[in-house]
Amino acid sequence: MVARSFSRSELMVAAAAREIHDGELVFVGMRLPMIAFVVAKRIHVPSAIGLFENGVIRDTPAPGLLYTMGDPPNLLGAMHCGDMLSVMSLLQQGRVNVGFLGAAEVDRFGNLNTTWGSRDGRQIRLPGSGGACDIASLSQRTVVLLEHNRQRLVPRVGHITSPGNGTGNGWRREQGLPARSGPSAIITTMGVLRFGEDGEAYLASVHPGVNVEDVLSNTGWTLRVADDLAMTAKPTDMELAAIREIDPNHFWTKA
Amino acid sequence: MMERTASKLVSMHQAVAEHVPSGSMVLMGAQLEQMIPFAAGHEIIRQGRRDLTLVGPISDILFDQMIGAGCVSRVMAAWVGNASAGMGYCFRRAVEKSIPCAIETVDHTNLTIALALHAAAMGIPFMPTYSTLGSDLLKHNGNLREFSSPVSEERLVAVRALRPDVAILQVQRADASGNAHLWGNLGVAIDGARASRKVIVVAEEIVAHEVIASDPNRTLIPGFLVAAVVQEPWGAHPSPVQGYYGRDHDFFHEYHDQTRDPDGFERWIKHWVADVPSRAVYLRQLGDSRMGGLRVRQHALSVPVDFGY
Repeated sequence: MVARSFSRSELMVAAAAREIHDGELVFVGMRLPMIAFVVAKRIHVPSAIGLFENGVIRDTPAPGLLYTMGDPPNLLGAMHCGDMLSVMSLLQQGRVNVGFLGAAEVDRFGNLNTTWGSRDGRQIRLPGSGGACDIASLSQRTVVLLEHNRQRLVPRVGHITSPGNGTGNGWRREQGLPARSGPSAIITTMGVLRFGEDGEAYLASVHPGVNVEDVLSNTGWTLRVADDLAMTAKPTDMELAAIREIDPNHFWTKA
Repeated sequence: MMERTASKLVSMHQAVAEHVPSGSMVLMGAQLEQMIPFAAGHEIIRQGRRDLTLVGPISDILFDQMIGAGCVSRVMAAWVGNASAGMGYCFRRAVEKSIPCAIETVDHTNLTIALALHAAAMGIPFMPTYSTLGSDLLKHNGNLREFSSPVSEERLVAVRALRPDVAILQVQRADASGNAHLWGNLGVAIDGARASRKVIVVAEEIVAHEVIASDPNRTLIPGFLVAAVVQEPWGAHPSPVQGYYGRDHDFFHEYHDQTRDPDGFERWIKHWVADVPSRAVYLRQLGDSRMGGLRVRQHALSVPVDFGY
């Protein structure tokens, strides 16, 4: 069988879906992770449960494409519709296994900035945390999705909107953040980064067709590379079929 | 039969004129991307309010519009932008260049906004959380203060109670006394109603008291908290109201494309707000075909519950 071609965002969605394990509580977030959750539910982890900070809990995929978590299809047939604290309470208890986030900037220790960006040397004001700081502070694992370039992957974020490993291992405990929490993976347009014992990110896999040298030259710090560097698994035909059924016009998964 | 509270039904113009003076702290957008009270925000803009403090978790493009119109001097929110397109240009211009005026930003998270309102709803000075420890939000937002737990060996963040002058809450239906049914995702609406000094309920439908009383679990805003009730069908457009109409995604993208510079925003606000005397005129401008595309295509009624005994 001829392997289908796929876009980078389709690859990222499939990679994100594989970060969810069966039976887990997932803080879904916005954009690509909304699709990743549905792909995961349909193919890998039928018993995963999705939490949305607006107060929605779902154990079935939404019956239509979501542009925001508050879209009417996300409420129809939900397991629960309540208030924000009804889901944030589960997050703060430590019951949420994995949370997904986007970011304007991420640094070598997985700290995220969505408050202040820079463009052409000027500071630009970004929308802010939303629930990102809560998810990064409180969920057991945090998975970040973003485009891979030197403006996005920086040595040190200018503003810690959402804490990763701070300045290294032990930092989160020093700050008082929950013991079982912290960054787990950064899924970029070029590869997947994971975190060592010292709290610093390393390149764990490169996407098909991407050179390690390109990854390194597009990262704002000297990125360590895993001894057992892998190639990110291509999306399977089943994953691609699910993604394209959910997002037939490639609203989220074009590029 | 006992006399029930007198009707609080007023026009949007009256509700804003009476209950949202310049300088107020106003909670809007409590249900995140659903049920954002755009009609109320537009009336506030038309009445030329100034020096408002806006409070809300994400607000979508409503806060951006009110900032661009010069109504706002402070924003206490978790996120200000455009949920479809990302950034809000008016917010950026105000923070970066003081256009049309400087605004103070007090950066919260969704959870800290929820806890700030919960504390006020509980009548206590703060609520504790682990969230924001180690973040720069904790350094810059004076309403977040680190403290040592008095009952355990832990550090926590105290989130100062936030008591808005007025909460403007969009709901599906209410009676004339302000007893309101809402359903779907609730965000911070319940705590927001209790935390605020006044509540304006904006309802898609005004129904008989008996309809509301038939399902007290769904009466999430008790009428005695409510100062004014406004009937405003499609009052949340372009945001959705579950069971009434969907989200007009294109509208958010059009707003983004048309408000990149101050002149573009001026044209947008003139076309959709300043030159539009009422919501009815706004809806005529929106047009039947666009509204038709947003109407509920397939109803999904819940099964009634039995309150009998």
